[in-house]
Amino acid sequence: MRAVKRDQKTRIALTLNGRKLAAEAEPRLLLSDFLRHGLGATGTHVGCEHGVCGACTVLVDGVAVRSCLTLAVQAEGREVRTVESLAAPDGALNPLQAAFRDHHALQCGFCTPGILMSFTDFLARTPHPSEAQIREVLSGHLCRCTGYANIVEAIKEVASSSHAPRSEG
Amino acid sequence: MVSQATKTQRKEDASLLSGRGRYADDLPVPVGTLYAHVIRSPHAHAGIVRIDARRALAHDGVWTVLTGEDVRKLSDPFLAAVKTPVQQWSLAVERVRYVGEPVALVVAESRYVAEDAAELVEIEYAPLPAVIDPVAACAKSAPLLHPQAGTNEVSLREFRYGDTNAAFSRADRRIAMTTTFPRLSFTPIECYVVVAQHNAAENSYDVTANFQGPFSMHPVMARALRVPGPKLRLRIPPDSGGSFGIKLSVFPYIVLMALAAKITGRPVKWVEDRIEHLVAASSGPNRVTQIEAAVTNDGRVLALRLDQLEDYGAFLRAPMPGPLYRMQGAVTGAYDIANVDVINRAVLTNKMPASLIRGFGGPQLYLALERLMHQIAVELDLDPLEVIRRNLVPAQKFPYRAAAGALYDSGDYMRAVAIATGGGRLDELKRRRAAARVQGRRYGIGFAAIVEPAMSNMGYLSTLMSQEAREKAGPKSGAVSMATVNIDPLGAVTVTADVTVQGQSHETVLAEIVANALGLRPDDVEVTLEMDTAKDQWSIAAGTYSSRFASGTAVAAHMAAAQMREKLKAIAAKQLNVLPDDVELAGGKIRSRSNPDNALPFGRVAATSHWSPVLLPESMAPALSETAAWTPPELEPPSHDDRINTSLTYGFVFDMCGVEIDPVSYQVRVDRYVSMHDAGRILNATIADGQIRGSFAQGVAAALYEEFTYDEEGAFLTGTFADYLVPTVSEIPEVEILHYESPSPLTPLGAKGLAEGNCMSTPACIANAIADALGVADVALPATPRRIHALLERAGEAGER
Repeated sequence: MRAVKRDQKTRIALTLNGRKLAAEAEPRLLLSDFLRHGLGATGTHVGCEHGVCGACTVLVDGVAVRSCLTLAVQAEGREVRTVESLAAPDGALNPLQAAFRDHHALQCGFCTPGILMSFTDFLARTPHPSEAQIREVLSGHLCRCTGYANIVEAIKEVASSSHAPRSEG
Repeated sequence: MVSQATKTQRKEDASLLSGRGRYADDLPVPVGTLYAHVIRSPHAHAGIVRIDARRALAHDGVWTVLTGEDVRKLSDPFLAAVKTPVQQWSLAVERVRYVGEPVALVVAESRYVAEDAAELVEIEYAPLPAVIDPVAACAKSAPLLHPQAGTNEVSLREFRYGDTNAAFSRADRRIAMTTTFPRLSFTPIECYVVVAQHNAAENSYDVTANFQGPFSMHPVMARALRVPGPKLRLRIPPDSGGSFGIKLSVFPYIVLMALAAKITGRPVKWVEDRIEHLVAASSGPNRVTQIEAAVTNDGRVLALRLDQLEDYGAFLRAPMPGPLYRMQGAVTGAYDIANVDVINRAVLTNKMPASLIRGFGGPQLYLALERLMHQIAVELDLDPLEVIRRNLVPAQKFPYRAAAGALYDSGDYMRAVAIATGGGRLDELKRRRAAARVQGRRYGIGFAAIVEPAMSNMGYLSTLMSQEAREKAGPKSGAVSMATVNIDPLGAVTVTADVTVQGQSHETVLAEIVANALGLRPDDVEVTLEMDTAKDQWSIAAGTYSSRFASGTAVAAHMAAAQMREKLKAIAAKQLNVLPDDVELAGGKIRSRSNPDNALPFGRVAATSHWSPVLLPESMAPALSETAAWTPPELEPPSHDDRINTSLTYGFVFDMCGVEIDPVSYQVRVDRYVSMHDAGRILNATIADGQIRGSFAQGVAAALYEEFTYDEEGAFLTGTFADYLVPTVSEIPEVEILHYESPSPLTPLGAKGLAEGNCMSTPACIANAIADALGVADVALPATPRRIHALLERAGEAGER
């Protein structure tokens, strides 16, 4: 493991949405700040900086994490995925994004990237969850605009669609 | 589940779902931008003895540390709606008055460095006694927040509408109660963001902030900065991460960062963090209401008396005390009550200043009024629904002039209630209650019937002044809504309007309205709502607040599009060689109505003004841009006897719910909830229901979860999302949404506001259901398990089961 002094900026390299990127950062810099202000990936939002609201959720090596509770140095050498990776290069929305649009599952859209990333992880591991499972995962996110009902409907639609294999258990 | 008609695909969504939103903290900042951190008071009330910033200034990367003394030298106190000797600046001067009050500002090369240096600023305080309870703050012996004001009760007015005393003396019974509405916010997930620049050569400021309006605050900020309005350029980004009223209160920080930019000569950026937001951003005001009704034995209310004591925290910031007056004309709610006396009192306490919040005065009023209606039924041994029905404004009385001056434009309240309680819905609730009670479970049913105002009359706040003072101050009334429809050289249509974006889908709805008027598809119309005060010359009423979109801005867009349509018809008539009356716009074409084959593409005609102005009909100004300003005449100033039509349109909401109290956890579980809305003509069904669901969730939050709490010394106890409980999906029950449409005769679109109704009705409805479940009168909100347990203990019942 690399040893770095408290105030010493160091080069942090990671793979963001399939592209190798690097920027200088102090060891105490949060991953959320590094992504947004170091690498310019502003799609990930910061809502509480204490791990409750879920807006800053990203995938690190495929697993959903709160980027406000993760240091940038912890992501060194890892694969990070953010909301910017979801749509096709021509802008076409993926099925999860499209379901959110079709069900009016967002209003201001600020909490949405975190929810999309949590369910990108969750649906990859549990392609056909029950509504109770969906609600349990969604309860890790705060949304102040929608009252949640349309978010649940959107995810249910994706979960019941045929492209994913049925999960065991 | 719901009335989910055809689903709309919003124009806003593709970007927001792809991480391509442009929120305030996403925008690029100038090279050389500095970052600010606010140092805040740990005391509820204290004198500032000494601030020593020397060690902080010596820290690498620190540019300056501002204190109240700098701010006092460089700026003027904020103008307020109520004239008092109270002064407020963007940093505390001499004294702090609430925990979290900004005391100093550290400006450094990065946010991290600014926060490091903040720890090196030494501030010595001399603690003073604090007063937290609004009733205690009115006592003669209470500590004064602003000694120069001589009192904490900074505004008091009494109003008499009709002959309330006579009605009370002829009534069979008087029924009274006291309600307290809690302090809470709706905490948008995006916090405040300000980027300020100062140009010393011109002494002008250029600020980007996620401010929501009203733009009546722009002169307040410019005056504080000692510049004329045009020298404070304010830009609002195209996206905002929610607001719910809260983002008005970024304004003191706009001034503070502008001053920091002036002092450092560099752009200064500040991003509020969540703890700052919870402790000091903004709160809805808490209110203590004493309400009393004069009633007949059969439940008819002859008169009301209200004493509304509203707690605004440490300062009365403009446009406070708005919540006390926004409902003034409609203080009798959905009921036909001819006589009402009202006392409005605004008090200051050692808490964060209160300001705009969704619902804005409605939740406070209706908690008192609807709890009283329920209590009347209990005391007269009548059915609560029957008491509501006997007092609702009858359909034949519309348009109805309420006792305090509101002009209810349209409605059929009885019919809406009949629909909501019909279809077996009420029977099912009663069955569930009976079944639960047979098993010894605590189950109750609640109702709430409310009027939802939209598009505020700017004159409403002057009701707080006497008639003589109003005459001296000059007239205030009305509210201007504006929108512009533009056509580009290739005939593409764009729209701008006087609202700020916060998630309400204004882009989508404006595109639909304009497309509809011009015979286009919504996708043919681009809507740009980011705002720039240097270029968008809207009225002072601009901004997104008081549900002004459906009854205001949407109408202006409709009018601007109609103006454009008439011009295009005249241009096309010449080109098609027909009379203008024979021209129609449909399917992307402009054509002869009588001979549709005689047609031109929309873009061809629309572009004529750019390419060939000589071809325009004689004396016609080019059809490049049409702006409409909508000023409904019904928004008159207060009358000499203080009657005021506070809003343009008045919708109706009727809620009904069943709740059950968990015998072990004392948690309130909402079992069934039905919400009936009459918001006039619905502009877009999907978006309407989305707004109602969001408002409902916030109503549930106010009823059961969210509260800013302070201890007796004024320490703030809810500084994280672990203490301040924002409901997750697990806490929000299902709601059945119903609609009944009584189009408003006062606007060309017939639409009324609908996004605040459940913030107003749901706390009252759930409180009534809890009262019914427990058989108690005193239900404090939020009805947390601890409060329910205390209620039962007082009734000697806790632990029995």
